[in-house]
Amino acid sequence: MTAGLDRLRGGTPPKRHNARTIAALTGNPGCTRRAVLDAAGVDKPKLAQRIGFPGSFGQSRFALARGNGFEAMLKADDCALLRKVLTECLQLDAAGGYDDLGEDDDDTLTARHRRTRELLAGAAGAALIDHPLLTLDVAGQRVFLEPDLIALQIEGRLHVVEIKSFAIVDGQADSAKVSAAAVQAAVYVLALRRLLAELGHDPTLVSHDVVLVCTENFSLQPAAVVLDVRKQLSTLQRQLARLASVSELAAALPGSVSFDLALGPADLTAALRHVEARYAPECLSACELAVYCRHEAAGSTAALGRPVRDALGGVDTVAEALALAAGTAEPAEDQVEAAALLRAAARLRAELA
Amino acid sequence: MSTLTALARAQAYADGRAQPIATVRHLHVHPRPLVLIPLAMAGEAHAPLAALVGAERSAPRLLIVAQPRNRDHRFAFAAELAGIVLPYVDSFTAATEAVAVDRGRDVRHRFTDAPQLWVPNTGGVDFLRLFGRSTRFRSIDGEYAVPPSVPLLGRWLTFFAHAAEMPGSSLLLNAVQALGLHWATGQSGAEDAQLAALLAWISPPPGRTGAEAARAAEDPALSPPAGPATDPAFDNHVLAPLMSTAEPDVAALTEVLRAQLLPTWELMWRTLDLLRELPAGARVAGRWDSDRDTYSGFVQHLAEGGPPQPRRDGAVAAAARLHRLESAATRYAVQRAFDDPLVMAEYRLVGAAFAGEVTLANADRIDDTGKRPVLRPRIMVVTGEPVRVEPGATLTSPQRPSQKALVISVTAAGADRTEVLLELSGGMGRKLVAEPGSVPAVGERVLLTTLSEAYRPGGAFPDPDQTPWTHGGPPPAFTPGSEQADQ
Repeated sequence: MTAGLDRLRGGTPPKRHNARTIAALTGNPGCTRRAVLDAAGVDKPKLAQRIGFPGSFGQSRFALARGNGFEAMLKADDCALLRKVLTECLQLDAAGGYDDLGEDDDDTLTARHRRTRELLAGAAGAALIDHPLLTLDVAGQRVFLEPDLIALQIEGRLHVVEIKSFAIVDGQADSAKVSAAAVQAAVYVLALRRLLAELGHDPTLVSHDVVLVCTENFSLQPAAVVLDVRKQLSTLQRQLARLASVSELAAALPGSVSFDLALGPADLTAALRHVEARYAPECLSACELAVYCRHEAAGSTAALGRPVRDALGGVDTVAEALALAAGTAEPAEDQVEAAALLRAAARLRAELA
Repeated sequence: MSTLTALARAQAYADGRAQPIATVRHLHVHPRPLVLIPLAMAGEAHAPLAALVGAERSAPRLLIVAQPRNRDHRFAFAAELAGIVLPYVDSFTAATEAVAVDRGRDVRHRFTDAPQLWVPNTGGVDFLRLFGRSTRFRSIDGEYAVPPSVPLLGRWLTFFAHAAEMPGSSLLLNAVQALGLHWATGQSGAEDAQLAALLAWISPPPGRTGAEAARAAEDPALSPPAGPATDPAFDNHVLAPLMSTAEPDVAALTEVLRAQLLPTWELMWRTLDLLRELPAGARVAGRWDSDRDTYSGFVQHLAEGGPPQPRRDGAVAAAARLHRLESAATRYAVQRAFDDPLVMAEYRLVGAAFAGEVTLANADRIDDTGKRPVLRPRIMVVTGEPVRVEPGATLTSPQRPSQKALVISVTAAGADRTEVLLELSGGMGRKLVAEPGSVPAVGERVLLTTLSEAYRPGGAFPDPDQTPWTHGGPPPAFTPGSEQADQ
């Protein structure tokens, strides 16, 4: 963590990344605000609440309970059920050891990471590794990843196994959920590869084929499918490379800019204005600060969604688009064509609507 | 998105109120629709939690599942829902009408009316599809027996879910999509997905702008989500304490679930009111006729003891279905444009249609170059709109759908005027003199478009038992009772 980023956060300890937050970084890569806040480890939900624009990102405890129940069922009896579906899915023998590296706990971070390294260093070790602790460099900052997952080692190849409790019905699952799971699994693949490279192994030993274990149809029976995450991996790598430059960006900010949650709402809002956001309606379901950014973006065509903005000829604000359509504003050189279309559309709407 | 709709969104934003993007209603609104608002249990694989259902605004029926993880409770819910849905869908079989087929050489019968289901959003449609999937294969005897109405309900729900995929069908409609077809709001499509916010833009409460009302409607405490997903805060703070006991307090559960569902119930009927205010498009009745055909066919299929819809279509059935969906989509787009000048305007904007004035008309022109003389009047249309048609193209006019207009020449006349010379055929009677009014007269304003309502022949597909090996060979026959253990 660089000093510039640390300063932005003020006195509070950094909010830790997890696969989900790293995956979210790939969602809106053009947004500097998100990149800076995430890189600095600012607690975005708290920040949003402090400035009066709380988001609603709750998770139902029924969903959590089912997810945990499904995982516990798979891992019961030395992972008997999990081994069975994996054997069927990968058509490999999933026999071998099982190592649980322990529960999520801050005090054991380093120990668990050391143990993960040991297990992976001795390539012939365990077949199933539960709760491994991986690290990944995000914006020049080393973050611990605590995947609730199992790395499966078969014939020297490592497969990331992601357990999700959504259902695959007749071979089909919710595509949004599958793609979210794929990006998360890609984060783990990347972290595992970097770790292997550090240990002097061939990073490609980690397969880009991850195994997704879901429930089948309407039961709690598991079904495993193989997902190829090469595309997600390359997006992620590109995004992480870009984030590396975020610390420079942060360093260029005026010294007064701070997101210390102890500051008043007015100061925080002023600080946010120094870091440009790129709001899109999709942010509402992905970023805790989105409600504020939407408020800030009010009146822009982007706030109406990408298709609307494009159809309005890429004009920045609603007022400008309407002025061009009414013929009260003179189009700039690159707007001539768009303006003509807008005027024609306005004529038609005036004639018919 | 078309520039026209995008501009309507911009105007809606500036005005603080949704703008119309249609001048007529493009779907059939039944006088007695069945409104169904399903809620699903978070985390469970499409397990129902509750449903508010009914064909009368003043009499919603609330069904709840006190223990959604309990299989027996789920099927009791399904049986209860069947007790409402099945009598409703059966109530349209009283009268039939004869329809001429095969050019009048034969007749077939179809019911004079059909059922219509309304759910709040596409999530509701998906829920019905999956609930149909989870019930239609249930066995009515053996160890896991369910009441006979349960698999029948599953087959009906699957029927409706399939119909909802067919563009232009009004058998199963969702409020969000139906409203979005007729109004543009000043917010994004993603935000429109919330029924309360969408309606707030269309008919805001007095004294508030659509934007303000929509923001207020986003608070799940004020406007509970329209389902099937519930508000996580409601799950954690209200539902969980009530459900965590071994014997849930059914009365208390009923009360909180009713409170979650009633606001949406009101929104659903307001949606229907708003849509009923619009006059129906001219071709809406024709599409409802096809819906009645589909319904009649399914009733007959059930009466003949046909098998439930397969889990997945076979290769031939899938290809045929895709073909039907594609032609329905094309037909629906054309019909909407022909019914509604505001929809046609989108085509005018891109040059696929243009409106202009007839400046010359030769109504009695005879073409005698062929074996026998034929009536081929020519007209000249002058327009200031963009014209992107080539000589040789065939155009139609919504005013005279049975008449074809062949483009002879397109000439630029001045800076923004185009002269289009057209040769007409059809729709003028059988004589060599055109029927009065069948040829546009000088001074008449006409609209011409490349869109065509002409009949498109269906694709030729082999019989399922002739499926080629490249497509997996003939599919296996359905065997009842083959999937009991997946629930």
